Amino acid sequence: MKNYLLGVFLMMSLSVVGQTYYPTNLGTKTKESHFQAFTELTLHPQPGETIENGTLLIRDGKVVAAGSQVKIPENSVVRSLPGQHVYASFIDLYTSFGIDEIDPKTTRGRSTQYKANQEGGYWNDHILGDYQAISDYSYNEKEAKIYREAGFGIVNTHREDGIHRGTGVLVALTDEKSENDRILLSQSAAYYSFSKSKQSNQSYPSSVMGAMALHRQVYHDANWYRTGNSPTKDLDLEAVLNQRSLPKIFEANNKLNVLRAAKVSTDLKENWIIKASGQEFEHLNSLKSYGNSLILPLNFPKPYDVSDPALLEKITLGQMRDWNQAPTNPAKVAAAKIPFAITMDGADSPDTFIENLRRAVAYGLSEKQALASLTTVPAKLIGQSESLGIIKPKAWANFIITSGPFFELDSKILDHYVKGNRHRINDAKQLDLDGTYTLQLDTHALELELENSTQEEEIELTVMEGEVEWENTIKYEDGQLNITLSNAEGLSAILEAKVKQPGMLKGTGIGFVGDPIQWNASLKEEENKERFLVFKPATTSYPNNGFGFKKRPQQVRILFKNATVWTNEVEGVLSNADVLIGNGKIIAVGTNLSDTTATVIDATGKHITSGIIDEHSHIAASSINEGGHNSSAEVTIEDVVDPDDIDIYRNLAGGVTTIQILHGSANPIGGRSAIIKLKWGETAENMLFPNADPFIKFALGENVKQSNWGSYNRFPQTRMGVEQVFVDYFQRAKEYGTEWTQYNQLSARQKRYTTQPRYDIEMETLWEILRGDRFISCHSYVQSEINMLMKVAERFGIRINTFTHILEGYKVADKMATHGAAGSTFSDWWAYKYEVKDAIPYNGAIMHRAGVNVAFNSDDSEMSRRLNQEAAKAIKYGGISEEDAWKFVTLNPAKMLHLDDRIGSLKAGKHADLVLWTDHPMSVYTKAEKTLVDGIVYYDAERAKTQLEKIAEEKKELIAQMVQAANNGMTTQAPMNPQKREFHCETLD
Amino acid sequence: MKKIILLSLLVPCLIQAQQTPAPPQNESILIKGVTAHIGNGVVIENAAIGFDNGVITYVGATGSAPSGYDQTIESDGQHAYPGFIGMNTTLGLVEIDAVRATDDEDELGEMLPHIRAAIAYNAESQVVESVRPNGVLMAQVAPRGGRISGSSSVMQLDAWNWEDALMKADEGIHLHWPNPFYRGRWWLGEDPTLKRNDSYTKEVQSIADYMTKAKAHREKQNPKHLPYTAMSGLFDGSKSLYVHADYGEQIEESIDQLMGWGVKKIVLVGAHEAPKQLDLLKQHDIPVIIPRPHRLPYNEDEALKSTFTLGTKLVEAGITVAIEMSGRMERMNTRNLPFYAGSFAAYGVPYEKAVALLTSNPAKILGLENEIGTLEAGKRATFFLSKGDALDMRTNILSHAYIDGRAISLESHQTELYQRYSEKVN
Repeated sequence: MKNYLLGVFLMMSLSVVGQTYYPTNLGTKTKESHFQAFTELTLHPQPGETIENGTLLIRDGKVVAAGSQVKIPENSVVRSLPGQHVYASFIDLYTSFGIDEIDPKTTRGRSTQYKANQEGGYWNDHILGDYQAISDYSYNEKEAKIYREAGFGIVNTHREDGIHRGTGVLVALTDEKSENDRILLSQSAAYYSFSKSKQSNQSYPSSVMGAMALHRQVYHDANWYRTGNSPTKDLDLEAVLNQRSLPKIFEANNKLNVLRAAKVSTDLKENWIIKASGQEFEHLNSLKSYGNSLILPLNFPKPYDVSDPALLEKITLGQMRDWNQAPTNPAKVAAAKIPFAITMDGADSPDTFIENLRRAVAYGLSEKQALASLTTVPAKLIGQSESLGIIKPKAWANFIITSGPFFELDSKILDHYVKGNRHRINDAKQLDLDGTYTLQLDTHALELELENSTQEEEIELTVMEGEVEWENTIKYEDGQLNITLSNAEGLSAILEAKVKQPGMLKGTGIGFVGDPIQWNASLKEEENKERFLVFKPATTSYPNNGFGFKKRPQQVRILFKNATVWTNEVEGVLSNADVLIGNGKIIAVGTNLSDTTATVIDATGKHITSGIIDEHSHIAASSINEGGHNSSAEVTIEDVVDPDDIDIYRNLAGGVTTIQILHGSANPIGGRSAIIKLKWGETAENMLFPNADPFIKFALGENVKQSNWGSYNRFPQTRMGVEQVFVDYFQRAKEYGTEWTQYNQLSARQKRYTTQPRYDIEMETLWEILRGDRFISCHSYVQSEINMLMKVAERFGIRINTFTHILEGYKVADKMATHGAAGSTFSDWWAYKYEVKDAIPYNGAIMHRAGVNVAFNSDDSEMSRRLNQEAAKAIKYGGISEEDAWKFVTLNPAKMLHLDDRIGSLKAGKHADLVLWTDHPMSVYTKAEKTLVDGIVYYDAERAKTQLEKIAEEKKELIAQMVQAANNGMTTQAPMNPQKREFHCETLD
Repeated sequence: MKKIILLSLLVPCLIQAQQTPAPPQNESILIKGVTAHIGNGVVIENAAIGFDNGVITYVGATGSAPSGYDQTIESDGQHAYPGFIGMNTTLGLVEIDAVRATDDEDELGEMLPHIRAAIAYNAESQVVESVRPNGVLMAQVAPRGGRISGSSSVMQLDAWNWEDALMKADEGIHLHWPNPFYRGRWWLGEDPTLKRNDSYTKEVQSIADYMTKAKAHREKQNPKHLPYTAMSGLFDGSKSLYVHADYGEQIEESIDQLMGWGVKKIVLVGAHEAPKQLDLLKQHDIPVIIPRPHRLPYNEDEALKSTFTLGTKLVEAGITVAIEMSGRMERMNTRNLPFYAGSFAAYGVPYEKAVALLTSNPAKILGLENEIGTLEAGKRATFFLSKGDALDMRTNILSHAYIDGRAISLESHQTELYQRYSEKVN
């Protein structure tokens, strides 16, 4: 904050109030006390309320009175503004006004940085809780002008940096006076995000799930700090505690992160106000249930440039819908009754902001709601309902005067008063004259085409007499129009007019023969002045992309007749058998079944199996690794499930119904897994397998040693170190558990005199493992490390549930069997790194014969859609029987996930997760014809085919809209095809 | 005359680093009762195959087979296929992907026609021996990287050294056509969306310059330009130009330009969007080597199985199609080549034509159609017997494989470990 020079005071023109207790040496200390009255206005004191012929009376920066019966005191300066409208100034809660952007720290060392730079605060540089934007804020006239032009008189500003960003400042955007007048609240709100600080390269958190975990841990740490149990000072935690009563604003910015922020907010009962993405209409029910207020941006995407067909065909229907549907977002959020404010963030100019605001209204947002979201809603969210966002006595005199009703396309903001100080925006006299006029001068019928009439510098006039163009000059300032005309034959004229109303130009001038003339030109025809078209919005599907469902599919009752049924039960493979499903469950498996209410599907010649289960998948997640620490037990993939991932549908097309999304292998102790059912079109929450045992990923070998990329400063760098990581963490978790157990046994009275242990999410997770409440799936390759981990586990009295990859499992299969570990391996992968040099495709067969429960998994978004063929490789390599080989991808992984009581075989009472195959399920020639999850047909080959035609149809329609948009003058963007990232164990985020 | 019953599995007693290459064929053999997949679309049930001195002497009905063979084998209804040919592989050039010291596939530089894959081919690679038991007996080995990666050669996969393995040296040069689109590298913080490549025209121009100079270069020139010399075969038809291109407009422009520069034999590699250019490919009789079907579609909106149906579209149009191996974990995946053909068959390529994708078609592309690619008298006795359909992983179980009549080992480092640890566990 800067103290402005006194010179600023000298420039003030009106209502010098100043600070009464400030001395002055520049004159006498006389106080001005005029009223300002605005009369004959249409007054909009608050959304939904309109007063015709109203009067607004203000003094000393505040509203004195507003209404139709206002008595105007004698000492009033009166402005009579017939036809003009007055609205309360808008409030933008999400800005970084007056705060310089941070230069990102780009220099990176040879190795990753694990330690924080900061001292005195939290252990993580991205927690900047004690930062106060007021310390860097300084008023920026240029930026303020931009906000005022868009209607915003009040902004809440903060520094966009860090996961905890500290506090913001509420500023009134008046160029008059000093910061004493502008700063309304020096600590107006606390700001947060999932994005790391640009000032530090500290690696943790490297993922969204890490950022989520960090938010939770900071919250718990602050609670613990409050009890006074911390042995050291922590300025960030102190600040966080001080901010508990402030409004909390969270920047999320993409549609899934909005939901994630809402989830963390709900978990912590933090009631965050979430700066959203603009695509909230896709997840209204979830958002509604979380109950957060939102801040919506109006930066609607531009239509794609459709002139390059080769590039155009590479953009997806989803992208096209993003453009087409975005303007419906505010209306839909409003219809869902989710409270929201509107921000200008992301808009490239005040004009586009206002245009998009009007577009949102044209797409169904009520004017009342639009105004509320710009005024009363943000005022309430920031706790300033009495003084901001409303025109009523004692509120700050913050208002805009517009030339007509705000939402009409021709209306302009003329003046913007902030704290009673006038800022001129558009000249009331400067009317928009664009259009073609006819003018009869003597015998000459002329056509005058005027463009850019509101931009003095850029105004253009074309004068035509039939096919002949006349030379001309034009000037239009302050409502004064001056035109000169001449043609090739030497005729010339001078025209002058004071323009009073649009559509009609009339005035005086000098005619062709040098005599004064009267002239008038009238608008040729009613020009279509609409600058945007309202296109028919595409129907939102679940998920909102090409293969999404327009209507979520429902449970069905089906009787499959005459199939070859692979039961995975003692009955084995049944020929000419029937399967009856209903209410999401298998009702019966047998022969000659009948059911009068079921849809009968003739499955003659076809095969039915239970759905494929992939024990090791990385699809359907927004991040996979939190590699910022060598243990990340505090993170969970459940936080970052991506329900829109097309790979879910592709996997269904390969007969997969349940997957475990594992954390990656960047660190010895990874994150918790998500076990999901592939219920395409459902929300992430609804995909989670209900009441499944919780799992966690561990990892060994080259990845956790960081052998194959340049990182040399994180422990462990050897397999020896890997062992000690586990021993250390388990030991600490054991001690942590003991500490809490002892504390929890104390009486309430004793607790008061005892230090409460610190709640640590990472330790909680590891303690769950030691208690037998959470299970380990460990990425592993060579026999030494496999054996080591089993021994470490045994030392702590636990069992490794599953070794995944486990390519040298065949060397220690006997030990695994004794320990009770399962093996989830690849059918035939090897030679991709040194530790898989001895990987053999017979691994599954040997482990199976040694009594280990064996599965084949994918770890790959492509291979996962043909795990049935991978199972077949167990027949080829090692001669496993067909029935046992099939269990490698169904029943066995179900057992590994402790879900074999519900899925993995075809048996009455189990979930109706099954696949109808065209052929033997392990044949290279077979195809999944239908894939059902919980008795719902999520994949149907026939639908997939017709869906392609529908995608093509809809694209055609949207392309036609974009052609129209471009021809109508909308700025376009180049088509760009987003790359979908495929995750594997090694993907480092 | 000895009679051997096939189903016995010979287990080696010694664990050794590599399988020993088989000695030359020293007695004539007649295999009876096979289902012979000739490789050219024809299948003969209950056929016999006779071969001597490394060359096939008889293929036809078992009943009409001549007598006088030193050895007769009853195949018990097994399936015989010409040895499968891996195209655009890097077999033997890299042993372990992540170990840089074992990586010899990508040389420094952009225009490297003189770089020769053959001499880096490791005949003793454990990966190479792991692909033979699935029927892949020959491979085109090609370098990677750069604009012109270098020269590929055809190798047979059972040899003491690269020289013995060579079937056709430096038969083609691999050119990667500039990409009309560009994607930023996300890991460097660039925008990863697909955009127009602004330097496309410039990149094409630089190829044009290079080609023009190469064509003008004469071998006797002093000083002699080694890369241009390596290119000379392209203009007289003694070498093929393998142009790697995926997008429709890339395919169109590359073929148009290459013909304009006087390149005689053009083979298209990759070609995800080849169906857009069917007429052009047919008109100029350009063979296409398509990628593995085991890939994901380019786009979220694309047909779920677009990578599987690509084969059908090209085969139905009458184009000569083979399958290439480039991609993730490509060396070790070479053993899955038969299943790629099976996958194309699953999505519409008639079965015997799917066999041709691995046999007669690549043979023709390599200019070796008179030596390999079909089970016909006079051709090299390079073929194998499988207990069932070799394109299906359930039944691709080989009992015998021959390269030039030599009965090669179907064992590997992996089968030996299998044997050793099966014994330990049981």
